[in-house]
Amino acid sequence: MLEMSGIFKVFYEGTPDEKIALNKVDLSMRPGDFVTVIGSNGAGKSTLMNVISGKLTPDVGSVFIDGTNMTALAEHKRAAKIGRVFQDPMAGTAPTMTIEENLALAYNRTKKRTLAFGVTKKRRDFYREKLEMLHLGLEDRMGAKVGLLSGGERQALSLLMATFTDPKILLLDEHTAALDPSRAELITNLTKEIVEKLGLTTLMVTHNMQQALDLGNRLIMMDKGQIIFSADEEEKKNLTVEKLLAEFQKIKGGGGLSDRSLLS
Amino acid sequence: MLTALFGAVESGVIYAIMALGVYLSFRVLDFPDLTVDGSFVTGGAVASIMIVNGSDPFVATMAALFAGFLAGCVTGILHTKGGINPLLSGILMMIALYSINLRIMGKPNVPLLAEETVITKIESWFASDWSILLFMLVVTLIIKFVTDLFLKTEVGLSLRAVGDNEGMVRSFSANTGWMKVLGLGLSNALVAFSGALVAQYNGFNDVGMGIGMIVIGLASVIIGEAVVGHSKIARATLAVVVGAILYRIIVTLALRIEFLDTGDMKLITAIIVIIALVLPKIIDRQKAASRKKKRLQQLGGKANA
Repeated sequence: MLEMSGIFKVFYEGTPDEKIALNKVDLSMRPGDFVTVIGSNGAGKSTLMNVISGKLTPDVGSVFIDGTNMTALAEHKRAAKIGRVFQDPMAGTAPTMTIEENLALAYNRTKKRTLAFGVTKKRRDFYREKLEMLHLGLEDRMGAKVGLLSGGERQALSLLMATFTDPKILLLDEHTAALDPSRAELITNLTKEIVEKLGLTTLMVTHNMQQALDLGNRLIMMDKGQIIFSADEEEKKNLTVEKLLAEFQKIKGGGGLSDRSLLS
Repeated sequence: MLTALFGAVESGVIYAIMALGVYLSFRVLDFPDLTVDGSFVTGGAVASIMIVNGSDPFVATMAALFAGFLAGCVTGILHTKGGINPLLSGILMMIALYSINLRIMGKPNVPLLAEETVITKIESWFASDWSILLFMLVVTLIIKFVTDLFLKTEVGLSLRAVGDNEGMVRSFSANTGWMKVLGLGLSNALVAFSGALVAQYNGFNDVGMGIGMIVIGLASVIIGEAVVGHSKIARATLAVVVGAILYRIIVTLALRIEFLDTGDMKLITAIIVIIALVLPKIIDRQKAASRKKKRLQQLGGKANA
């Protein structure tokens, strides 16, 4: 479903701030794969996401999604195949527009926008049915402006908006990081439920190792722009936070406690 | 006095179309578009030159609408494809249009008094003092309703989302660049349409009549929002129309003050906008202060002790 090969991305090339964000990254995902990505700040996780979504173009390497070469395709064009949830709950919704209008915007992700009304009676029933999946009572507040919702509610809505049109790839960029623990758990559970139900091919970045272990069937660890550790379905089942940390220290040559604090 | 106020309402209704255009760029797209100062005159220039050369005034007015659309699209392309800052793309286009308008008109002022215009035609159809006002009111309200409906279509929704959260709507595969171009085109089409009607209403088109037009548009939007509110799209566009009429009434009343003359118009406009922007904040602050006082009283002095 996703095929990335030889991805190389350098920022500020030729200056003292030069930073190799992605260093020959290869990643392949089969349909239905749910890969969790962990790594300390600056490991290249977000750059990886942005190269897939098209916000950044890799210096070298290619990105294939669903068999199509998307390496140089504009962000809005490839968005037809990609669902995204951002870290910031503000980032995934339009605050001055109503819940149903936001859903209408998301509904058009895979379709050409026309002069037909975005919210019709038939569509509204469809949106309501989808909102019920969130169990937050948002289906009764469809005319409310999204700016009035709490962070958790917005993030749940963002998740729904990113997924209800069956994306080929779902990108989750630390989408629970800005929420309190109970809301984060709610969103984590919703993510699990929705991804399983729709069988979505998903890539999730997280700083929470337990979450990375609980969700998904594969796990990769990144450091300094490289994938330094990768666990397949069988290996992941036996992983624990302790084993992951040990693995990390083994690869890094005994990084010490600072790595632990960065990762957990 | 009454005739003056009647005239104010009449021209307010025509300027309301321009204000709706400013609403589209300033509020919906969140793009402060100074092209308006130029495209308003472009509308008047295209219409008046066509009328002078014997075109049907209705055709000429529609041509003005189209010219404004093109001007707005150019501003949009400068910003989205050329990567020029929004304010600067508008300013560049405004300056460029000044020369273009002179080229279209051939001279700084084109009189229309002897010509058959939309205004004279309407007056000949319905022989009443109210004919212009009612006709223009109908035209303005039709434009208002069409705008309301358009902003609820799939294209309209993504246009609004561009002004609200550009990154988000791009992640839902909307081409935000072209959305901005389209929005600015539509905005300036309305502005030029209004300019064409104003030129015919005044009986001349002057190359300088667009100066400060953006501020008048903003004044209408802000006054309207303060008086009518803007909770829903239909309400916000109604607010713009009401605001444009109120603005004309305020200016007309201000000009009746002995000390002020017509040259002070722009200063009055600027002051109105400043008051409209600052007053709500002062009122809010006073409300907050009185709430605090009330709450302290409720707490029975415990908080003070």
